[in-house]
Order: sequence, then structure tokens, then C-alpha cells
Amino acid sequence: MSTSAKYWRGIPQRYRLEAEKCTDCGAQFFPPRVVCSGCGGREFEEIKLDDRGKLLTYTVIRVGPSEFCEQTPYAMGIVELEGGVRMTGQIADVDFDDLEVGLPIKIEFRKIREEGEAGILCYGYKFVPDK
Amino acid sequence: MRDVAVIGVGMQKWGELWEKSLRDIFTESAMLAIDDAGVDHIDSMYVGCMTSGLFVGQEHLGSLLADYLGVAPIPALRVESACASGGAAFRQAYFDVASGANDIVLASGVEKMTDVDGAGATYALSTAADAEYEVYHGITFPGLYALLAVAHMHAYGTTREQLAEVSVKNHKNGAKNPLAQYPFEVTVDQVLNSVMIADPLTILDCSPITDGAAGAILCPLDMAKDLSHKAPVKILSSAHATDSIALHSRQDLTWLSAVAKAGEVAYKGAGLTPADIDFVEVHDCFTIAEIAVIEALGFFEKGKGGTGAPSGETAMGGRIPVNPSGGLKSKGHPVGATGIAQIVETVKQLRGDAGERQVEGAKVGMTQNMGGTGGSCVAHILGKV
Amino acid sequence: MAGIIGYGAYMPRNRIKVEEIAKVWGADAPSYKRGLMLQEKSVPSPDQDVITMSVEATKHALTRAEIDPSKIGAVYVGSESHPYAVKPSGTVLAEAIGATPEVHCADFEFACKAGSEAMFVCMGLVDSEKIEYGLAVGADTSQGAPSDALEYSAAAGAASFVIGRDPGVAKVIETYSFMTDTPDFWRRSYMHYPRHAGRFTGEPAYFKHIMGCAKGIMAKVKMEPKDFAYVVFHQPNGKFPQRVGKMLGFTKEQIDPGWLSPTLGNTYSGSSPMGLTATLDVAKPGDMVLMVSYGSGAGSDGFVFEVTDRIDEVRNVAPGTRELLDKKTYIEYGTYAKYRRKIRMGE
Repeated sequence: MSTSAKYWRGIPQRYRLEAEKCTDCGAQFFPPRVVCSGCGGREFEEIKLDDRGKLLTYTVIRVGPSEFCEQTPYAMGIVELEGGVRMTGQIADVDFDDLEVGLPIKIEFRKIREEGEAGILCYGYKFVPDK
Repeated sequence: MRDVAVIGVGMQKWGELWEKSLRDIFTESAMLAIDDAGVDHIDSMYVGCMTSGLFVGQEHLGSLLADYLGVAPIPALRVESACASGGAAFRQAYFDVASGANDIVLASGVEKMTDVDGAGATYALSTAADAEYEVYHGITFPGLYALLAVAHMHAYGTTREQLAEVSVKNHKNGAKNPLAQYPFEVTVDQVLNSVMIADPLTILDCSPITDGAAGAILCPLDMAKDLSHKAPVKILSSAHATDSIALHSRQDLTWLSAVAKAGEVAYKGAGLTPADIDFVEVHDCFTIAEIAVIEALGFFEKGKGGTGAPSGETAMGGRIPVNPSGGLKSKGHPVGATGIAQIVETVKQLRGDAGERQVEGAKVGMTQNMGGTGGSCVAHILGKV
Repeated sequence: MAGIIGYGAYMPRNRIKVEEIAKVWGADAPSYKRGLMLQEKSVPSPDQDVITMSVEATKHALTRAEIDPSKIGAVYVGSESHPYAVKPSGTVLAEAIGATPEVHCADFEFACKAGSEAMFVCMGLVDSEKIEYGLAVGADTSQGAPSDALEYSAAAGAASFVIGRDPGVAKVIETYSFMTDTPDFWRRSYMHYPRHAGRFTGEPAYFKHIMGCAKGIMAKVKMEPKDFAYVVFHQPNGKFPQRVGKMLGFTKEQIDPGWLSPTLGNTYSGSSPMGLTATLDVAKPGDMVLMVSYGSGAGSDGFVFEVTDRIDEVRNVAPGTRELLDKKTYIEYGTYAKYRRKIRMGE
């Protein structure tokens, strides 16, 4: 099953962290939205998110979905980027014992998944310890 | 709006029902509910089901199941709100009766989860999370609740043992439920030392993969005595609330605001407070979920939910018995059926028919059924008439 | 005159030691270490490939270049391990850095000199004023067949260069290419691992072309080995670049700053380009640097650079190549086999 269109549509977010800011109330959205859930505003300006932040919570996935099996065990977390936007992603290149709330992270470009042996390769952001 | 009563409930034993198909298990439980009520027909029906398309490759459930139940051409509709599908179906049935549109309505829930392998089930369940911004990155449901658990442990000092105590307590209750999938007790040590799924959650912190269905018959309260010999149970209030389905979009990662909102609306609708509730069936899909839910419903202070099970306050005979049925953990969690099974348990308790696990003198019971990591929540308060 | 405006390297954190590989095949680790002058090599994680490493190396290059990525007119990725057989690596890179859509893009392949080819072409386009900036990347997640000598050296890494006009960090004084048809190393379509011609890869291949290229470009600019502060050669192992340097009359001091292979391995298309990034990390304004790549098949690209004053301003704004080399986690052969998909999964 090809999901090229769905993947392609998300490229500005997955590759470049493009987000938007409500011109009325300043709320930031990643991914971009049509209506501001804070104030109902409909005007936005495009912003690029900072590529550094800190870990808010984390886990280690021991049993993963089938397309992630070769990567298990892998760490995942929710990160708050400088600027306040939060996102979920994998934490790469980390010793699991070093995982802690508040860990400084930066974003790296990685392959996230493959659509089978013959399908497209799907890239995007992962977190790595910033040290 | 008319007052609405539940006059019949039905549920068969849950588990890995290899020999039965989705339509079989639905029909069996629906027949049990119809027979329990003693009605000779139903006017409409609602089926809560999360994702039969992914689990068994079947959509268009309303008509299929109405046909197999032998009630076509009545209106029949599938209702979906991830793991809160059952609760949402019950709420639609409630509105159907309360509005005066129909008199005798079946609210049911079903999920047949074992026709796919483990990876298939993991994938099907993951569709309740944000597909593009959570699941894309490799998160699983145990993983999402583990993120919630770590945040809760960090913020409030909730311990690994406190999580385990939820599983121990629910298995203790479930051991007295003949319909439960895993009716046996477990110890804290067993929970802590079972296979790690997503740190810090082990397999005994997680509700299982289950085949199962449940049904309930609703009718106007003032017709209940004429339609059925069973003591009617009144629906005191019905509530539904939503939140972002992406956990990361919530300001407070430990707080289930949809649960809090649904609880608030349910209490207000019934004119009650948490102190008036005699027992509650909550959505303990993972041990941390029960802890977060009993806080959001106001039974425990924010951050103190972890003390519920170890202190005995949520045990049978405690201040607020939580999950007398054994909860999702012991009873099983066929996702779309869970919300209805909570109603089944609540009605049995209020009728005084819960056997060994009866909450003594129960007059008011509450159910709380949620989808995803709390992106949707349905709550009901039921009372003895 | 074209020059390097910004440069950056990237490599995976995983390393495997020669001993760990030798243990599996019953090979004599000390003789491999001595013979090839190799200690360990980098290994990509399952989520790292030529595209991801190119993006990260380029982020470092752009940090040093301090330019608007939309002004990049060409994106060229040289590799022999492009993740797709058909579909460019460069499009992902260009999109990730915000260089699309007004940009020319191509993937290059010429065994281990695909990276220097990308540099060569960018320099030509800049000099001819077809583009303002070009991006040239050499990157590989090299494959060596299990138990083959290549398994001890085939590594992963990337180097990226923003090529433009002055003021850069290094001016391109001269370029030169030396090429013949020499089948010393190849990989046929649909084959997983490359094949090589054993000792034939030495004298008639690596040494002949590097010597020819180095002598040719030095004659062109009328310079001798002693006129260069540093020299960088392709590094298929630790030994060859030292030996070819000595044969040409360079000293160990000129070679060593860019000599990464003993603890990095052979990053194929990334090899001499990463040697250059490591050299720029230590070079001073006014230093002359000679770089000679080598790609089997076979040919060499030569470059003479003159380091400019700007190097001191940008050197430390992005991670240095040896700084990255020092961040490492050792893995065992089993993990390596899993990461490199040497284990058949139950598909």
C-alpha cells in the first residue's frame, strides 16, 4: 500500500520543522492548523521551530510495531522545544540509563520507517542527547 | 427528555474465543441482554466497535449485526470513539430513548481482536493515537501510557510499586468474576518481574488482547415495569468530553482533562459529588490509567491517585471501590465492548446480583470509558430506583 | 574564483573493533591491524543512511557557511550506497535544508570518488557563474561482504561542502582529474556486496591514479610536497594513504591531521572529503592543502586549496570532525550484523 501522498504532504514538518503562529494570540502549532484552538483566529504566520529542547517524559519501547521491529528496543519521548512546541519522537544514540526528565536534546534527521522492502523510505526528526 | 432505565444486560465469558467470529460473540451477548430484559423486540440498536475493519476486515457492522440478530430492518448504527466506542454507543442509545424516538434500544459493544497477529493488533490499536505525529514515529499504546507514567512519577513521586498495586487489586476483584478473561490473582513481585513492554510498564501493567462483546437494553423509566420483570436501573446522567488525541499536545501530561470534564458534567447532571458514588468502573487499560482517572474524577487529589490501591481505599470495602469487575486488566479489554461491560457490571451491582464481588449496599455507580490516551471520555452515573 | 564557503562532517556513533570482527571469522586480528593499520570502524544505525548523514553533515556546513539555503543552485550527493536504486538522494537533502525548488540536483556514483566529483562539478558551475552556491556531499554506508577483507574497513560517514565564490574558508587554486578504465573494484546491479580484485587494487589502481593525479596537479600549480601544509588522500585503510604520501614525498605531519581511517574506517565517497574537513579544522589562514581522492574503476580528482582568514571565524561554530569521531559507542558483531541487515528476517 503506497502512502506517498500522505508522506509527501508532511515533508515541510518532518524535514524542516515548519510550524505556524497565530497572528492574534501568538499560539504556536505544529503541525499547522486552519483554526487557532486558543482564540479561534484564522490568520497565521509561518515559523521554523528551534532544533533544541528538553525531554519532558520518556519510555523504552521493547515491543514495537512490525515496521520498527529491527530497531527495538528504542527510546521515545515527548520533547518541549525552545519556544514551547512539544512533539513525540524517538530518542536515538542514547544510553537508556541516561534518560531523564529535563535531558537537553537536539533534533537530528533520521530514517523513521520503511514501507516494506520495496516501498518508500520515510524520513523525519528524531531526538539525540545534546551534549 | 424522558428518564431512561437499563432493564437488561448480557455478556458471555471473555477471552481468546478462537471458535467464534465477531458476529457470533455479538449475537450471543445481545441475546443474553434481550433475554435478561425479557423483551420480545427492540426498536433500534447501537454497536460500539473501535476497528473491526482492521481486526477482521469488516465494516458496515450495524446492518450485518442487525441481520444476524434477526432484527432487521430496524435502524442499526456502529459508533466509534476508539476504546470509548462502547460508552459512546450506550450514550447514543440513551439519547435515542430519552428523545422519544425509540422505546426499546440495544446498546452493545464488540471487538474480535485475535483474528490478527500481535503486530496486527498493535497496529490496529495504534490508530487511536495521532497517526502522523505519534504512531509515525514508532509509538505504541503501552508506550504512550508509559510516557504518562514517567511524567506522573516525576511530577508526583508515584512509584513503580503503586502502579503494580493497581494490577494486584484488579486481579483480586477479577478472580471473583466468572466472566473475566484472566480470573486469577497476581502479586506485586509478579507484576514487577514480568516482561517489560514499555518502561516502566510490564505486561502485567497492561490490559490484554480480548475477544468479547456485551449488551444492554434501555427503555423509558416509566415503561420499565411493564416491559421487564427485572428491577430497573436509572441512568442518572450521561457525559462525553474530548481532548487532543496527541498526548504531547496537552499542557499537563499527567492530567486527563477530558476525563475531568466528563466527570464534572456527569456529577452535575446527576446532582451528585464524588462522595456520593458507591463504586466506579474505570478504564484501566494500563495501571497508570486508573491512577490518572481516579484523580480526574475527583476521588483522589491531583497527584495522589497512586495511593489508592496500596492504601486499600480503592479495594472492595474501601472508601471508593474501583473496578469491582476486575477492570480491563483482569476482565479483558475487547476495546469496543469495554464501555458496555462497565454498564453490565454496574447494573449487576445495583441490582445486588454481583455475587462474591458485590459492593454492599451499592445505590449509585459510575462508569468511565476513554479512548486513546484520554482523547475522548464517556462517563455515566447509574442509580438504583 | 570558487572556494569552500562552509564545510561539515557527520558520522554514526557506533564503532566496531577489528578484534570483534576477526573473532567471528577466526582471523588474526593483530595482523589485520598491523597490515591495514586499522583499529575500528564506524557503523550506521538502522535509522542512518546516506541521506540522513548528508543532511546532518550539510547542517554543519551551512552553519559555517552562514548563507541562505535558497540561494544554493546545485545539490550533488556522491555515494555508492544511495538508499534508492532509482530516486535521488539529493532531492531529500535539498528539501530538508530548504533549497528547493530552484535548484539543480543529481546523485553521483564513481566508487569512492563520487564525493570529490560532486565538489569538482560544483566548482566548475560556480566558476562559470551558472550558480551562486553549490552543495557537494560525499557520503556512504559502505558494504563489505562478511569475512571479506573489506568488512574490516567498510564504514559510514559524510562530508558536505558549500561551494561558492569568495570569501570562503578555502580558495580553490586548481583542480585536476586523472582517470583510466581499471576494473579493480565493482558491484553489479542487484548484488548486495561489492567485489574486488585483491592485490590488483593496489599498484595499478590506487597507487597509480593517486600518484598520477598528485603529480599532475602539483606540476600544474608548480608546487612541491614541501609547499603544502597538509595533504589528504583517499583512505581505504590506514596504510595506503601513509604509503602513497611517503612515495610522493610528503611527511607524516602533513598527512596525519586528515588521516582518519585508523579509527573511522573507509567511508568510501566520504573518505577523502572527511579527511579534508578534519584538516580544515586545524588549518591556519594561508595554509596550502592538497587533496587527492580515489575511486575504483578508476580515477582520482585533485584539488589545491588555500585556506583563508575566515577559517578562524567559522571553525568552532559547528562540531569538528575529530570531535565527532571521539563520540562513540562500541557494538558487538551481533548488533553490527543486525544493524547492517546481515541477518535474514522472516519475511
